[in-house]
Amino acid sequence: MWEQILDLNGVLRGYGPSIFSGALVTIQLGISSLILSLALGLAGATAKLSNSRFLRSVATLYTTLIRGVPDLVMMMLVYFGGQVLINQFTDWLYERYEIDIFINVDQFVAGVVAIGFIFGAYMTETFRGAFLAVDKGQLEAAKAYGMRPWQCFSRVMLPQMIRHALPGLGNNWLVMLKTTALVSVIGLSDMVRLASEAARAEHDPFRFFIPVVIVYLMLTAVSEWLINKANQRYSVGVIKAGD
Amino acid sequence: MSGLTSADGAPLVAEDIYKCFGDLEVLKGISMTANKGDVISLIGSSGSGKSTFLRCLNLLEIPTAGDIRLYGEQVGFKTTRRGERQPSSARQVERLRARLSMVFQSFNLWGHMTVLENVIEAPVHVLKVPRKEAQERAERYLNKVGIWDRRDYYPAQMSGGQQQRAAIARGLAMEPEVMLFDEPTSALDPELVGEVLKVMRSLAEEGRTMVVVTHEMAFAREVSSQVMFLHEGQIEEAGSPDRVFNNPDSERMKQFLAPRY
Repeated sequence: MWEQILDLNGVLRGYGPSIFSGALVTIQLGISSLILSLALGLAGATAKLSNSRFLRSVATLYTTLIRGVPDLVMMMLVYFGGQVLINQFTDWLYERYEIDIFINVDQFVAGVVAIGFIFGAYMTETFRGAFLAVDKGQLEAAKAYGMRPWQCFSRVMLPQMIRHALPGLGNNWLVMLKTTALVSVIGLSDMVRLASEAARAEHDPFRFFIPVVIVYLMLTAVSEWLINKANQRYSVGVIKAGD
Repeated sequence: MSGLTSADGAPLVAEDIYKCFGDLEVLKGISMTANKGDVISLIGSSGSGKSTFLRCLNLLEIPTAGDIRLYGEQVGFKTTRRGERQPSSARQVERLRARLSMVFQSFNLWGHMTVLENVIEAPVHVLKVPRKEAQERAERYLNKVGIWDRRDYYPAQMSGGQQQRAAIARGLAMEPEVMLFDEPTSALDPELVGEVLKVMRSLAEEGRTMVVVTHEMAFAREVSSQVMFLHEGQIEEAGSPDRVFNNPDSERMKQFLAPRY
């Protein structure tokens, strides 16, 4: 019965369940990449604002490099290049220590790494701006009251920074969600790849791509709703001031 | 380790504090002893170093040279490889700061928290006071500064005077040994200055130890037990308010007090 429903009652000619399982891959890919990019973005922003010249240059190199290279090239570099690097490493391990292992670069992992890495650079800039937007007296008061660095960050900086980060963060997320479609080039069976295979086989692109469009629209609509909710939550003490 | 405790055991002692920003020497050897119940006013024109000195007391600025003792406990310093002086223990600095509440010129209440949350925050998360007790404490001090009925407001919803009184309640809730005030009325509209000074005067009358950087000469004259007049990073004149205001030795102090119009 589920197959019937997922196939939209025969409209998708039996490809429905597979296309929708591809949609799940898209969502998993999007969320995993989001988590990686947020982590990289926070680390990158912290590095860019740190006192250490070394950390600042590493972070600047990272954002400059990533933002200057097309996403598609980066993805192929991670997937194909990553495999070559790993092979060289395992060969070296075998020759040197006779440890025989074989690591295959998983397409999903390669996709998450590539997308997370790319959007980590954009998140870095978003978070950097957001950190700078918080009045420095806020942090000074936290320090003056004896808070540990981690408390200063989590209790005072983060809750106030999110409000400034959300618009950019939401934008990055939407672009990133759509960038996941690129993983079909490295052979990961996401929604786009499965739909395009079906379209080719059935010579009917509209029938298969329109559902894909609708799924993306639904995902972005839900995202926007969540972003709005978050925006309200992290604007307490700000919006109310206008009452 | 000798020198860790001092016999006098005054709440706050600063000895021969120097501070340089690059080539600019802002403080050139300032010493101060705040005994229990002292209200010390730091006065002087802007750029005289009085705020920098105050910020050295709780190590928001690290003095280039000099010692700071809180009830005899000396802040330890080390010199980094690059030759910068730094406190040797971040933990010690955090512990000492928690005993020295600071009230800022621009209030610096945490904007994402209500007034009550602001006052509870540090007692709960720094002093580890149980939340319920911290809440009772907070309400008591909010009542004291007269804004108990505003406890659920966010800082941005209140006037500057109310915000500064909330900030004073936040400081009181730490039950500190010494309170540091950094030009607490300078960012206020003239008609709001009085309500803040009134609260500060009542604290002084309770016998709280306070160090106040201020431009309010009437407050310095009437409320303080000691007045220090700073000029170009040095103490130009210090003593009882009566002596400093009515019978100053220094020419600069006389000029500073002279009517300007």
